[in-house]
Amino acid sequence: MSLVLPLHKIDEKDRPRVGGKAVALAQMSKRGVRVPEAVCITTEAYSEYVKSAGLGNQIVMELYRKPFEEMRWEEIWDTSLRIRNFFSRTPLPPGLRDSIMPAIQSTFSGKVVSVRSSAPGEDSSKTSFAGLHESYVNISGEDAILDHIRLVWASLWSDRALLYRQELGLDVEKSLMAVVVQEMVQGERSGVVFGKSPMDESQAVVEAVYGLNQGLVDGTVEPDRWILNRETGGIISHHPVLRDKALRPAPGGVLLQSLSAGLKSRPPLQEGEVAKVYGLAMKAESLFGVPQDVEWTYKKDVLHSLQARPITAPSVSENDERPWYLSLHRSFDNLKELRTKIEKELIPAMEKEASRLAQRRMSELSDAKLADEMAYRRDIHKKWLDVYKRDCIPFAHGMRLFGQVYNDVMHPKDPFEFMDLLVGARMVSMERNQMLEDMASWIRRDPHLGACLKQNKVEDCDSEFGAAFKTFTEQFGGLTWGNTRFGQDSHGLLQFLLEMASRPSAEGKGKAKEMQTLQEKFLSHFPGDQRPYADEMLDLARASYRFRDDDNTYLGKIEGQWLATLEEGRMRIGKRCEMDTASVEAEQIIKALRDEAETPTACVLPEAGLIEGEFKIKARQLLGQPAGPGIAFGTARVVQDPSDLFQFKTGEVLVCDAVDPNMTFVVPLAAGIVERRGGMLIHGAIIAREYGIPCVTGVADAAKLIRTGDRVTVDGHLGIVIIGEPGLKDAKAA
Amino acid sequence: MRKDLKRLFASQRLAVLATQHGGEPYTSLVAFTARDDLKQLFFATTRATRKYANLTADSRVAMLIDNRSNEATDFRWAMAATAIGKADEIEGHEKEEALKLYLAKHPHLEEFVSSPSCALLRFSVDRYYVASRFQKVIEVRVKP
Repeated sequence: MSLVLPLHKIDEKDRPRVGGKAVALAQMSKRGVRVPEAVCITTEAYSEYVKSAGLGNQIVMELYRKPFEEMRWEEIWDTSLRIRNFFSRTPLPPGLRDSIMPAIQSTFSGKVVSVRSSAPGEDSSKTSFAGLHESYVNISGEDAILDHIRLVWASLWSDRALLYRQELGLDVEKSLMAVVVQEMVQGERSGVVFGKSPMDESQAVVEAVYGLNQGLVDGTVEPDRWILNRETGGIISHHPVLRDKALRPAPGGVLLQSLSAGLKSRPPLQEGEVAKVYGLAMKAESLFGVPQDVEWTYKKDVLHSLQARPITAPSVSENDERPWYLSLHRSFDNLKELRTKIEKELIPAMEKEASRLAQRRMSELSDAKLADEMAYRRDIHKKWLDVYKRDCIPFAHGMRLFGQVYNDVMHPKDPFEFMDLLVGARMVSMERNQMLEDMASWIRRDPHLGACLKQNKVEDCDSEFGAAFKTFTEQFGGLTWGNTRFGQDSHGLLQFLLEMASRPSAEGKGKAKEMQTLQEKFLSHFPGDQRPYADEMLDLARASYRFRDDDNTYLGKIEGQWLATLEEGRMRIGKRCEMDTASVEAEQIIKALRDEAETPTACVLPEAGLIEGEFKIKARQLLGQPAGPGIAFGTARVVQDPSDLFQFKTGEVLVCDAVDPNMTFVVPLAAGIVERRGGMLIHGAIIAREYGIPCVTGVADAAKLIRTGDRVTVDGHLGIVIIGEPGLKDAKAA
Repeated sequence: MRKDLKRLFASQRLAVLATQHGGEPYTSLVAFTARDDLKQLFFATTRATRKYANLTADSRVAMLIDNRSNEATDFRWAMAATAIGKADEIEGHEKEEALKLYLAKHPHLEEFVSSPSCALLRFSVDRYYVASRFQKVIEVRVKP
């Protein structure tokens, strides 16, 4: 058994235990290509670690909690974070540590290193998946090196790898990870050369940046690009960019720095150097037989190769959204830019769009004109949905980035503890909920008002209260969730206020102080010069968390304008066929508005129900994700439209498809939350954590399998929901 | 769900039968088979057994059929169905029909079930509780 192999001892036959990256480095080194000193921690070390720590079973339990097909990307990320936490909290057993340490000490003796993944199968020409696993640069100190080896191991189960599990043949029993620990070359100029351009087979491409390669690879620093003739190496064109930053080593990691004026005006490579870099790709190709992409760096005018792998064009099918998901992983700086864009550009633009649409009248339109207006608003909504997907969803990655940093320094038992540092950020939905709470306490203070409201119209009771009520419906009435608008039912809203007023006012759980302590503990891990970075990271994460709610609120206003026309259209078609058309597809409504003959096709009720043959299927206990700790017992209220929401009673369990920020105002009344949509960083989970309410997310078919009136137990520790008979009541006490 | 149950029943030869006497629960392994409509399960026992005595005194029984492999992965992959209902002995034509089904699955038990001392029991299922992925439990009502 070899746990550690130096490069010169590695050859082709070792591929299964050292991975493609290590084999490529070893072969280049043997053939005279300058590569950094390195050792490989073989897959046998991974196996021994996982076996001794009993991690295999834990990974199985996490990974197969739900069928992958039923998991959303967010849930896959959550799963991956939990698995990563097992690795980061489980130290190497002493025997294994003693076997690995001497080789690391003698090879690097105090030098700074990179710790890179080298998964067997990862870089074979059949399945080349760059960037599915983690690599870390600028690591110093023996313990830090060992810590990062474990993090690279954990990345065998990264969210990206899990998405490509089928292509990778990912299997808990069989999949293994090797790690290359490599002396860090602190290059001044770095980049990647593609021996064959993925765009044009007759060309080769050289990309170069100032500073470390990491900046180019994670997309933080835009590279200068040279297109070459693949046969001759002759430069066809040079595409300079606006150079202004470089990623450079800093204590414990890397730092983005501004370039000096001199460097800004000079391309990172001179023509002769471009040729040398090209030569590197050709040499690698002659070694390995197929075109390679090689990461390189220039240190003091000496060219080093950092890694090489075969080029494969990823097979992209049109319906494969995974590349989009991969693009969500943004660097810190990338996220900062995105934040500015969302705050300064997108949110104001969304507000403007919504109020512009609100001014367009529709009641006096003819049916055909209404159909046009519907199509117009639908397209505008679609446009903003795309913007949302392109810019706002990626920004949510700010929370995730922070979560990893937090877990790496704090090693918390609960991998989602970092969320406690994010709550309390002021969200627009909170503002609305506060307005509701204010009106409720108004009624609470003034029993006459309450009594009057139960009998009469709002404006007949108290003009001041009436004005507040009106302001509220004006400000938030256009909001939506699902297919309905908030302001459709002002009577229901009033009933709800009376219900709110009938129980004592909800106070926050006094988390503010806890949060302060936690924050200080977290920040204390960052010595002086890193402190600003940590502060900024936390600030970004909070913005990311807040926008998660806010941007949705603004998008909701635009959606509301689209749904208002849909509502009008449905009403008109409903009159024609004398039925409730609430569930008829929008496209069908548009067709029927334009063409009378389409009416019968629109007037068909969809079937529902869960009866299989003659058997009656009923859920007894459902499995989801533990998204808010605690146990709650209560009567289920399945919320599908606003009337369900307004009937919500204190102490009920909120069951829904997805907690939308626009419906969170009932949350303070709820004993527990059950939601079909899964994830730890979604609104339901966030708001439940905020109010300290037990919450289970990701329960498949929750709103179908649970019915209003069912007695349910929400176990937010284990992520299960028990649909209970009286005997199960005791679960609450347990 | 019906398909899952059929697959499970086809994959297993043995089930755990639960009976009781005077409030004392008692479990035994039995070779079983299921009717295609899943409304009835059949198993055989000699009349001298404790389980036979128990279920003739109280026909309320339960049966557990599962596909565990005794590995940690069972917590994610294994499925277990608990059937609740009543068992009674069958005779005559009905027994002949049931035996065909039973012996198709357990041909090596021909001698056993042919013995005059052996009874064939019909388990009329009231409902199933089907557990999968460790904690997901679905109730399937067979009887209206």
